[in-house]
Amino acid sequence: MSFINYSAREISCKIVYYGPGLCGKTTNLQYIYKKISPDSKGKMISLATETERTLFFDFLPLALGDIKGFKVRFHLYTVPGQIFYDASRKLILRGVDGVIFVADSQVERMEANLESMDNLILNLKEHGFNLEELPYVIQYNKRDLPNAVPVKEMDEALNPRKVPAYDAIAPKGDGVFETLKDVAKLVIMELKKKS
Amino acid sequence: MLNPGLVLFEEDSRLIDKELQKLNQLARAKVSFLVDKDGQLIASIGETGDIDTTSLASLTAGNIAATGGMAKLLGEKEFSILFHEGEKDNIHISLVGQRAILVVVFDDRSSLGLIRLRVKRSVTALTEVFDKLAEKMAKTDSQQGGSSPFTEITEEDIESLFG
Repeated sequence: MSFINYSAREISCKIVYYGPGLCGKTTNLQYIYKKISPDSKGKMISLATETERTLFFDFLPLALGDIKGFKVRFHLYTVPGQIFYDASRKLILRGVDGVIFVADSQVERMEANLESMDNLILNLKEHGFNLEELPYVIQYNKRDLPNAVPVKEMDEALNPRKVPAYDAIAPKGDGVFETLKDVAKLVIMELKKKS
Repeated sequence: MLNPGLVLFEEDSRLIDKELQKLNQLARAKVSFLVDKDGQLIASIGETGDIDTTSLASLTAGNIAATGGMAKLLGEKEFSILFHEGEKDNIHISLVGQRAILVVVFDDRSSLGLIRLRVKRSVTALTEVFDKLAEKMAKTDSQQGGSSPFTEITEEDIESLFG
Protein backbone atom coordinates (compact mmCIF):
# COMPACT_ATOMS: atom_id res chain seq x y z
CA MET A 1 0.00 0.00 0.00
CA SER A 2 0.98 3.61 -0.27
CA PHE A 3 3.68 4.96 2.01
CA ILE A 4 3.51 8.56 3.21
CA ASN A 5 6.73 9.83 4.76
CA TYR A 6 6.23 13.21 6.43
CA SER A 7 9.89 13.45 7.33
CA ALA A 8 11.21 13.02 3.78
CA ARG A 9 8.03 14.63 2.37
CA GLU A 10 7.48 11.73 0.01
CA ILE A 11 4.58 9.57 -1.06
CA SER A 12 5.18 6.20 -2.72
CA CYS A 13 2.59 4.09 -4.52
CA LYS A 14 2.83 0.63 -6.09
CA ILE A 15 1.38 -0.06 -9.52
CA VAL A 16 1.35 -3.60 -10.94
CA TYR A 17 1.11 -4.59 -14.61
CA TYR A 18 -0.74 -7.90 -14.86
CA GLY A 19 -1.67 -10.06 -17.85
CA PRO A 20 -0.96 -13.30 -19.71
CA GLY A 21 2.50 -14.36 -20.88
CA LEU A 22 4.00 -12.30 -23.73
CA CYS A 23 1.18 -9.70 -23.65
CA GLY A 24 3.68 -6.81 -23.38
CA LYS A 25 3.92 -5.91 -19.69
CA THR A 26 7.71 -5.67 -19.74
CA THR A 27 7.54 -3.81 -23.08
CA ASN A 28 5.34 -1.16 -21.41
CA LEU A 29 7.98 -0.63 -18.72
CA GLN A 30 10.82 -0.62 -21.23
CA TYR A 31 9.09 2.10 -23.26
CA ILE A 32 8.44 4.21 -20.15
CA TYR A 33 12.07 3.75 -19.09
CA LYS A 34 13.28 4.81 -22.56
CA LYS A 35 11.13 7.93 -22.74
CA ILE A 36 11.25 9.34 -19.23
CA SER A 37 13.97 11.85 -18.39
CA PRO A 38 16.88 10.51 -16.32
CA ASP A 39 16.00 12.87 -13.43
CA SER A 40 12.61 11.23 -13.02
CA LYS A 41 13.56 7.57 -13.09
CA GLY A 42 15.66 5.09 -11.20
CA LYS A 43 17.29 1.96 -12.53
CA MET A 44 15.01 -0.60 -14.19
CA ILE A 45 15.47 -4.04 -12.71
CA SER A 46 14.42 -7.13 -14.67
CA LEU A 47 14.54 -10.53 -13.04
CA ALA A 48 14.26 -12.56 -16.22
CA THR A 49 15.32 -15.91 -17.65
CA GLU A 50 18.07 -16.19 -20.24
CA THR A 51 15.41 -16.01 -22.93
CA GLU A 52 14.20 -12.70 -21.49
CA ARG A 53 10.97 -14.09 -20.06
CA THR A 54 10.09 -12.44 -16.74
CA LEU A 55 11.02 -14.85 -13.97
CA PHE A 56 10.01 -12.90 -10.88
CA PHE A 57 9.31 -9.25 -11.70
CA ASP A 58 10.45 -6.09 -13.45
CA PHE A 59 10.75 -2.97 -11.33
CA LEU A 60 10.91 0.66 -12.40
CA PRO A 61 10.82 3.50 -9.85
CA LEU A 62 9.52 6.87 -11.11
CA ALA A 63 9.56 10.21 -9.32
CA LEU A 64 7.44 12.40 -11.53
CA GLY A 65 7.18 15.57 -9.48
CA ASP A 66 5.65 17.21 -6.43
CA ILE A 67 2.10 17.58 -5.22
CA LYS A 68 1.47 19.95 -2.31
CA GLY A 69 5.19 19.86 -1.46
CA PHE A 70 5.38 16.06 -1.40
CA LYS A 71 7.51 14.16 -3.90
CA VAL A 72 5.26 11.60 -5.59
CA ARG A 73 6.93 8.29 -6.39
CA PHE A 74 5.40 5.48 -8.39
CA HIS A 75 6.95 2.04 -8.22
CA LEU A 76 6.00 0.08 -11.32
CA TYR A 77 6.12 -3.71 -11.20
CA THR A 78 5.28 -6.41 -13.73
CA VAL A 79 4.38 -9.99 -12.87
CA PRO A 80 5.62 -13.09 -14.71
CA GLY A 81 2.80 -13.95 -17.11
CA GLN A 82 3.42 -17.63 -17.63
CA ILE A 83 0.87 -19.82 -15.86
CA PHE A 84 3.34 -21.88 -13.80
CA TYR A 85 4.78 -18.80 -12.09
CA ASP A 86 1.60 -18.23 -10.12
CA ALA A 87 3.30 -18.35 -6.70
CA SER A 88 5.62 -15.48 -7.71
CA ARG A 89 2.76 -13.56 -9.33
CA LYS A 90 0.80 -13.65 -6.10
CA LEU A 91 3.73 -12.20 -4.14
CA ILE A 92 4.07 -9.16 -6.38
CA LEU A 93 0.48 -8.12 -5.65
CA ARG A 94 1.29 -7.57 -1.99
CA GLY A 95 0.55 -3.96 -1.07
CA VAL A 96 -0.61 -2.97 -4.54
CA ASP A 97 -2.23 0.47 -4.98
CA GLY A 98 -3.28 0.20 -8.62
CA VAL A 99 -3.46 -2.45 -11.35
CA ILE A 100 -3.04 -2.24 -15.12
CA PHE A 101 -4.31 -5.36 -16.88
CA VAL A 102 -2.49 -5.73 -20.21
CA ALA A 103 -4.55 -7.87 -22.59
CA ASP A 104 -3.14 -9.42 -25.76
CA SER A 105 -5.50 -8.45 -28.60
CA GLN A 106 -4.71 -11.50 -30.75
CA VAL A 107 -7.71 -13.79 -31.17
CA GLU A 108 -5.73 -16.89 -30.18
CA ARG A 109 -4.77 -15.23 -26.85
CA MET A 110 -8.31 -14.41 -25.73
CA GLU A 111 -8.55 -17.52 -23.61
CA ALA A 112 -5.21 -16.68 -21.99
CA ASN A 113 -6.52 -13.15 -21.27
CA LEU A 114 -9.62 -14.52 -19.57
CA GLU A 115 -7.61 -17.02 -17.58
CA SER A 116 -5.19 -14.31 -16.44
CA MET A 117 -8.06 -12.01 -15.46
CA ASP A 118 -9.61 -14.78 -13.31
CA ASN A 119 -6.19 -15.41 -11.81
CA LEU A 120 -5.81 -11.69 -10.99
CA ILE A 121 -9.16 -11.61 -9.19
CA LEU A 122 -8.28 -14.76 -7.24
CA ASN A 123 -4.78 -13.63 -6.27
CA LEU A 124 -6.03 -10.21 -5.19
CA LYS A 125 -8.62 -11.89 -3.00
CA GLU A 126 -5.88 -13.82 -1.23
CA HIS A 127 -4.31 -10.48 -0.27
CA GLY A 128 -7.70 -9.18 0.89
CA PHE A 129 -8.25 -6.96 -2.15
CA ASN A 130 -11.32 -6.73 -4.33
CA LEU A 131 -10.59 -5.76 -7.94
CA GLU A 132 -13.84 -3.83 -8.05
CA GLU A 133 -12.63 -1.48 -5.33
CA LEU A 134 -9.07 -1.07 -6.56
CA PRO A 135 -7.80 1.64 -8.96
CA TYR A 136 -7.71 -0.39 -12.15
CA VAL A 137 -7.45 0.16 -15.91
CA ILE A 138 -7.18 -2.14 -18.92
CA GLN A 139 -4.85 -1.90 -21.89
CA TYR A 140 -5.64 -3.70 -25.15
CA ASN A 141 -2.15 -4.21 -26.52
CA LYS A 142 -0.93 -5.31 -29.96
CA ARG A 143 -3.71 -3.41 -31.77
CA ASP A 144 -1.53 -3.31 -34.91
CA LEU A 145 -1.66 -7.06 -35.46
CA PRO A 146 -3.95 -8.33 -38.25
CA ASN A 147 -5.58 -10.95 -36.02
CA ALA A 148 -6.60 -8.41 -33.34
CA VAL A 149 -10.07 -8.93 -31.89
CA PRO A 150 -12.37 -5.87 -32.30
CA VAL A 151 -12.28 -3.61 -29.22
CA LYS A 152 -16.02 -4.00 -28.70
CA GLU A 153 -15.62 -7.77 -28.34
CA MET A 154 -12.64 -7.36 -26.01
CA ASP A 155 -14.68 -4.98 -23.89
CA GLU A 156 -17.51 -7.47 -23.68
CA ALA A 157 -15.19 -10.28 -22.65
CA LEU A 158 -12.77 -8.49 -20.33
CA ASN A 159 -14.34 -5.27 -19.16
CA PRO A 160 -17.84 -5.83 -17.78
CA ARG A 161 -17.19 -3.10 -15.19
CA LYS A 162 -16.45 -0.56 -17.96
CA VAL A 163 -13.25 0.69 -16.38
CA PRO A 164 -11.05 2.93 -18.56
CA ALA A 165 -9.57 0.85 -21.40
CA TYR A 166 -6.81 1.96 -23.79
CA ASP A 167 -5.71 0.65 -27.17
CA ALA A 168 -1.96 0.21 -27.33
CA ILE A 169 1.00 -0.79 -29.43
CA ALA A 170 3.55 -0.95 -26.63
CA PRO A 171 6.83 -1.15 -28.63
CA LYS A 172 5.85 2.09 -30.41
CA GLY A 173 4.56 3.63 -27.21
CA ASP A 174 0.98 4.07 -28.39
CA GLY A 175 -1.29 4.08 -25.36
CA VAL A 176 1.54 3.36 -22.90
CA PHE A 177 1.63 6.70 -21.08
CA GLU A 178 -2.15 7.16 -21.36
CA THR A 179 -2.65 3.90 -19.44
CA LEU A 180 -0.08 4.77 -16.78
CA LYS A 181 -1.38 8.30 -16.35
CA ASP A 182 -4.92 7.09 -15.86
CA VAL A 183 -4.10 4.53 -13.22
CA ALA A 184 -1.80 7.01 -11.44
CA LYS A 185 -4.67 9.49 -11.36
CA LEU A 186 -7.03 6.86 -9.92
CA VAL A 187 -4.47 5.88 -7.28
CA ILE A 188 -4.00 9.48 -6.13
CA MET A 189 -7.74 10.13 -6.11
CA GLU A 190 -8.13 7.00 -3.97
CA LEU A 191 -5.57 8.40 -1.52
CA LYS A 192 -7.53 11.62 -1.44
CA LYS A 193 -10.72 9.71 -0.71
CA LYS A 194 -9.04 7.92 2.20
CA SER A 195 -7.53 11.11 3.67
CA MET B 1 -8.63 -7.23 6.26
CA LEU B 2 -6.55 -4.84 4.21
CA ASN B 3 -3.27 -3.44 5.43
CA PRO B 4 -3.62 0.33 5.61
CA GLY B 5 -0.94 2.38 3.86
CA LEU B 6 2.06 3.21 6.02
CA VAL B 7 2.28 6.76 7.32
CA LEU B 8 5.54 7.82 8.90
CA PHE B 9 5.60 11.02 10.98
CA GLU B 10 8.73 13.04 11.70
CA GLU B 11 9.13 11.84 15.29
CA ASP B 12 8.87 8.18 14.20
CA SER B 13 11.38 8.86 11.49
CA ARG B 14 13.79 10.33 14.04
CA LEU B 15 13.43 7.31 16.33
CA ILE B 16 14.07 4.92 13.45
CA ASP B 17 17.10 6.87 12.22
CA LYS B 18 18.50 6.97 15.75
CA GLU B 19 18.15 3.20 16.17
CA LEU B 20 19.70 2.53 12.74
CA GLN B 21 22.61 4.87 13.56
CA LYS B 22 23.22 3.00 16.80
CA LEU B 23 23.03 -0.38 15.08
CA ASN B 24 25.29 0.64 12.24
CA GLN B 25 27.91 1.97 14.62
CA LEU B 26 27.85 -0.80 17.22
CA ALA B 27 27.68 -3.58 14.63
CA ARG B 28 30.49 -1.94 12.62
CA ALA B 29 28.30 -2.27 9.53
CA LYS B 30 28.64 -0.45 6.21
CA VAL B 31 24.96 0.29 5.65
CA SER B 32 21.79 -0.39 7.58
CA PHE B 33 18.37 0.20 6.16
CA LEU B 34 14.77 -0.45 6.84
CA VAL B 35 12.29 -1.46 4.16
CA ASP B 36 8.53 -1.80 4.17
CA LYS B 37 7.42 -5.35 3.30
CA ASP B 38 5.78 -3.87 0.19
CA GLY B 39 9.22 -2.77 -1.05
CA GLN B 40 9.32 0.91 -0.06
CA LEU B 41 12.48 2.23 1.55
CA ILE B 42 11.74 3.63 5.02
CA ALA B 43 15.20 4.77 6.15
CA SER B 44 18.86 4.20 5.39
CA ILE B 45 22.05 4.96 7.32
CA GLY B 46 25.74 4.57 6.53
CA GLU B 47 27.82 4.42 3.36
CA THR B 48 24.84 4.59 1.01
CA GLY B 49 26.65 6.68 -1.62
CA ASP B 50 27.22 4.02 -4.28
CA ILE B 51 24.19 1.92 -3.48
CA ASP B 52 20.89 2.14 -5.36
CA THR B 53 18.81 1.88 -2.19
CA THR B 54 15.45 2.09 -4.01
CA SER B 55 16.22 -0.99 -6.10
CA LEU B 56 17.78 -2.77 -3.15
CA ALA B 57 14.62 -2.12 -1.11
CA SER B 58 12.40 -3.57 -3.83
CA LEU B 59 14.61 -6.65 -4.28
CA THR B 60 14.82 -7.18 -0.51
CA ALA B 61 11.04 -7.19 -0.26
CA GLY B 62 10.87 -9.60 -3.21
CA ASN B 63 13.46 -11.80 -1.53
CA ILE B 64 11.55 -11.86 1.77
CA ALA B 65 8.27 -12.51 -0.06
CA ALA B 66 9.79 -15.41 -2.00
CA THR B 67 11.34 -16.87 1.16
CA GLY B 68 8.00 -16.49 2.95
CA GLY B 69 6.39 -18.45 0.11
CA MET B 70 9.00 -21.19 0.50
CA ALA B 71 8.39 -21.27 4.27
CA LYS B 72 4.67 -21.77 3.75
CA LEU B 73 5.29 -24.65 1.35
CA LEU B 74 7.36 -26.32 4.05
CA GLY B 75 4.77 -25.67 6.74
CA GLU B 76 6.86 -22.98 8.46
CA LYS B 77 5.30 -19.66 9.48
CA GLU B 78 8.23 -17.70 8.09
CA PHE B 79 12.00 -17.64 7.88
CA SER B 80 12.79 -14.58 9.93
CA ILE B 81 16.49 -14.26 9.06
CA LEU B 82 18.29 -14.40 5.70
CA PHE B 83 22.02 -14.15 5.20
CA HIS B 84 23.89 -13.75 1.92
CA GLU B 85 27.65 -14.08 1.89
CA GLY B 86 29.73 -12.37 -0.78
CA GLU B 87 33.46 -12.11 -1.47
CA LYS B 88 33.72 -8.71 0.21
CA ASP B 89 30.27 -7.69 1.39
CA ASN B 90 27.58 -9.68 3.13
CA ILE B 91 23.90 -8.95 3.68
CA HIS B 92 21.93 -9.83 6.79
CA ILE B 93 18.15 -9.51 6.44
CA SER B 94 15.65 -9.89 9.26
CA LEU B 95 11.95 -9.27 9.80
CA VAL B 96 10.77 -6.51 12.13
CA GLY B 97 7.29 -7.51 13.28
CA GLN B 98 4.81 -7.96 10.46
CA ARG B 99 5.55 -4.73 8.69
CA ALA B 100 9.22 -4.08 8.04
CA ILE B 101 12.52 -5.64 7.05
CA LEU B 102 15.90 -4.68 8.54
CA VAL B 103 18.86 -5.00 6.17
CA VAL B 104 22.47 -4.74 7.27
CA VAL B 105 25.37 -4.74 4.80
CA PHE B 106 28.77 -5.50 6.32
CA ASP B 107 32.32 -6.52 5.38
CA ASP B 108 35.25 -8.03 7.26
CA ARG B 109 35.36 -5.09 9.69
CA SER B 110 32.50 -6.88 11.42
CA SER B 111 31.39 -10.49 11.91
CA LEU B 112 28.17 -12.45 11.54
CA GLY B 113 28.03 -13.06 15.29
CA LEU B 114 28.26 -9.35 16.13
CA ILE B 115 25.71 -8.48 13.45
CA ARG B 116 23.23 -11.07 14.74
CA LEU B 117 23.60 -9.84 18.31
CA ARG B 118 23.15 -6.15 17.47
CA VAL B 119 20.34 -6.83 14.96
CA LYS B 120 18.41 -8.81 17.57
CA ARG B 121 18.48 -5.83 19.95
CA SER B 122 17.55 -3.35 17.25
CA VAL B 123 14.68 -5.51 16.03
CA THR B 124 13.19 -5.37 19.54
CA ALA B 125 13.55 -1.58 19.65
CA LEU B 126 12.19 -1.09 16.12
CA THR B 127 9.26 -3.43 16.73
CA GLU B 128 8.25 -1.12 19.59
CA VAL B 129 8.44 1.90 17.28
CA PHE B 130 6.20 0.16 14.72
CA ASP B 131 3.73 -1.00 17.36
CA LYS B 132 3.36 2.60 18.56
CA LEU B 133 3.09 3.78 14.97
CA ALA B 134 0.29 1.27 14.31
CA GLU B 135 -1.57 2.55 17.40
CA LYS B 136 -1.12 6.12 16.22
CA MET B 137 -2.37 5.29 12.74
CA ALA B 138 -5.43 3.53 14.13
CA LYS B 139 -6.19 6.58 16.28
CA THR B 140 -5.70 8.99 13.36
CA ASP B 141 -8.03 6.84 11.23
CA SER B 142 -10.76 6.91 13.83
CA GLN B 143 -10.42 10.67 14.19
CA GLN B 144 -10.50 11.05 10.39
CA GLY B 145 -7.04 12.72 10.51
CA GLY B 146 -7.44 15.44 7.89
CA SER B 147 -3.73 16.19 7.87
CA SER B 148 -3.00 14.19 4.71
CA PRO B 149 -1.36 16.17 1.92
CA PHE B 150 -3.95 14.69 -0.43
CA THR B 151 -6.98 16.29 1.17
CA GLU B 152 -6.83 19.38 -1.04
CA ILE B 153 -5.55 17.76 -4.19
CA THR B 154 -7.03 18.70 -7.56
CA GLU B 155 -7.08 17.09 -11.02
CA GLU B 156 -4.68 19.83 -12.18
CA ASP B 157 -2.14 18.83 -9.53
CA ILE B 158 -2.16 15.29 -10.90
CA GLU B 159 -2.00 16.47 -14.52
CA SER B 160 1.07 18.56 -13.69
CA LEU B 161 2.98 15.40 -12.72
CA PHE B 162 2.87 14.25 -16.32
CA GLY B 163 3.84 17.62 -17.78
